[in-house]
Amino acid sequence: MKKHLKKIISVGIVLAVYALVIILVQTGALSRHYQSLLVPIGINVILAVSLNLTVGFLGELTLGHAGFMSVGAYAGCLFSIYCDLPTVIEFPLALIIGGVTAAVFGVIIGIPALRLKGDYLAIVTLAFGEIIRSVITNLDFLGGAGGLKGIAKYKSTASAFTTVFVVLVITVVVIRNLVKSRHGRAICSIRDNVIASESVGINVVFYKLLAFVMAAFFAGVAGVLYGHNLGILKPNTFDFNKSIEILVIVVLGGMGSITGSIISAIVITLLPEVLRGLDDYRLLIYAVVLIAMMLLNNNPKFTAFKENIKAKLRPGKKSAAESVNATVNVSETAAEKEAE
Amino acid sequence: MEFIEQLINGLNLGSIYALMALGYTMVYGIAKMLNFAHGDIIMVGAYTLSVAMATLKFPPALAIIVSMAVCSLLGIVVEKIAYKPLRNASPLTVLITAIGVSYFLQSLALLIFGSNQRKVDSVINMNPIKLGSIELTGESAVTIGVTVIIMICLTLFINKTKTGRAMLAVSEDKGAAQLMGVNVNKTISITFAIGSALAAVAGVLFTSSYGFVGPYTGSLPGIKAFVAAVLGGIGSVPGAMLGGILLGIIESLSKAYISTQLADAIVFGVLIVVLLVKPTGLLGKKRMEKV
Repeated sequence: MKKHLKKIISVGIVLAVYALVIILVQTGALSRHYQSLLVPIGINVILAVSLNLTVGFLGELTLGHAGFMSVGAYAGCLFSIYCDLPTVIEFPLALIIGGVTAAVFGVIIGIPALRLKGDYLAIVTLAFGEIIRSVITNLDFLGGAGGLKGIAKYKSTASAFTTVFVVLVITVVVIRNLVKSRHGRAICSIRDNVIASESVGINVVFYKLLAFVMAAFFAGVAGVLYGHNLGILKPNTFDFNKSIEILVIVVLGGMGSITGSIISAIVITLLPEVLRGLDDYRLLIYAVVLIAMMLLNNNPKFTAFKENIKAKLRPGKKSAAESVNATVNVSETAAEKEAE
Repeated sequence: MEFIEQLINGLNLGSIYALMALGYTMVYGIAKMLNFAHGDIIMVGAYTLSVAMATLKFPPALAIIVSMAVCSLLGIVVEKIAYKPLRNASPLTVLITAIGVSYFLQSLALLIFGSNQRKVDSVINMNPIKLGSIELTGESAVTIGVTVIIMICLTLFINKTKTGRAMLAVSEDKGAAQLMGVNVNKTISITFAIGSALAAVAGVLFTSSYGFVGPYTGSLPGIKAFVAAVLGGIGSVPGAMLGGILLGIIESLSKAYISTQLADAIVFGVLIVVLLVKPTGLLGKKRMEKV
């Protein structure tokens, strides 16, 4: 019963958020400017949640997420430009085509790249992103550097938001369920210790590829949504900086936390708009966030402090002392590992 | 004749890549981390040179020394603040921090100097050298010459001096080196200082050849220099030199004979091929993984 209650509450929250935004949009309570941010927020949430699958759960840093996004965006948008079906059929098809194309590229890049790890994988995915960008710039039928024009835009803010929201919910549900499943636990075990998970019979290559391709698929879907929102695709929007922006969202929200990714995607997208005067400092703030999060999360005092607060907020879960002990244990194991 | 000119262009570019790749490879060898911010140190070096020469009216020689000093200091400070606390952290954490540092330097330069590229006067005043029908510009000649000298000095420094051997020891086994009385922290600082000073030299030579510096000047060459380091075998000093020069030649030949726009794609393609065929690079050593 309790399990079902949780599900009902989640569905209720999702519906309430949707209804609230639609009411705000229809009554005009939300200014035009903020309305225009709804779709980018949704897209960033999809991108962040999918990147979290590789960075947070699989524990491999990929810097080519924008590359997959661009592949999906171009494939999906080309389809919707040259295809003449009613929107109800055409748009979902475009989303699927975008996603599948990105996933195919994910397999092509993933099979060789996932043999590498850590820094090498990061650099290879980065290189892949740059290759994709320069190839797209040189292909005339994709519009070259000028961009791919004439993509049908959403009819209204409400319909745009509905579309993005539905895709967002599907993404979050799929990735959450994947992570909570047997396969998800296998993926997390690879993050925690590759050699150990290999020796208990987990097919490391398969699960790495699974996470990688799933992330690429949803990045591609997000790309299609992005293209239909702007009506034009330019190769330069999908550069290294875009990949980093998504990474910042994931890191700020907490690697391995889907809720965190959602919240931080909203915050990071809204931040420059709310603090207009700080626009010049946006990139500097991103950089500081990245460094500070990494340094703080590796500081034993800060970790203990965080656990304490968590324990106070949720008295039922774990006592503060226990959590601190757990942290100490973790750092001890790390120290032992180092000693070896 | 055109081919030989392109080859010289490639050597010029390759020398700069080699200097940068040395920084990557030395830091990787010792700290086992990819210093993503290394490319941006080049940018800092170039800006320092430009400010020292244009605003403070320093003579070129002094400006170069100032630029090297600033970069060394920056390298040490970055290591102390950002990388040292993470020495036992996961590679993912360190890499994200390094990306953060790189971003930080870029956006700081953007805030201070604006997004417009700043003109830098060449520090090299030399007439072109004529070898038969081939013309070697002063910049190319000096770049290649300086790189050769630096490489010889660096090789001697690493193999012959006490500090250099300490660096080798630390890169081999940090714990054992410490037991043998090597000051690990100091050695790592020195490595960062030398790597950053080489980056400053690369920055000076780079801007002398191209004439401009902007906040993002260092990022793409930095990544390519990393490709060079991987090509030569990361952690290997002669490998970085070889990789840098090979990559420079590949880039300038593909620019001349294949396509200017696709040259970057080809360079990155080289990286992917190398990693697939021989992940340890041309001169790298294979390391066994222990459970």
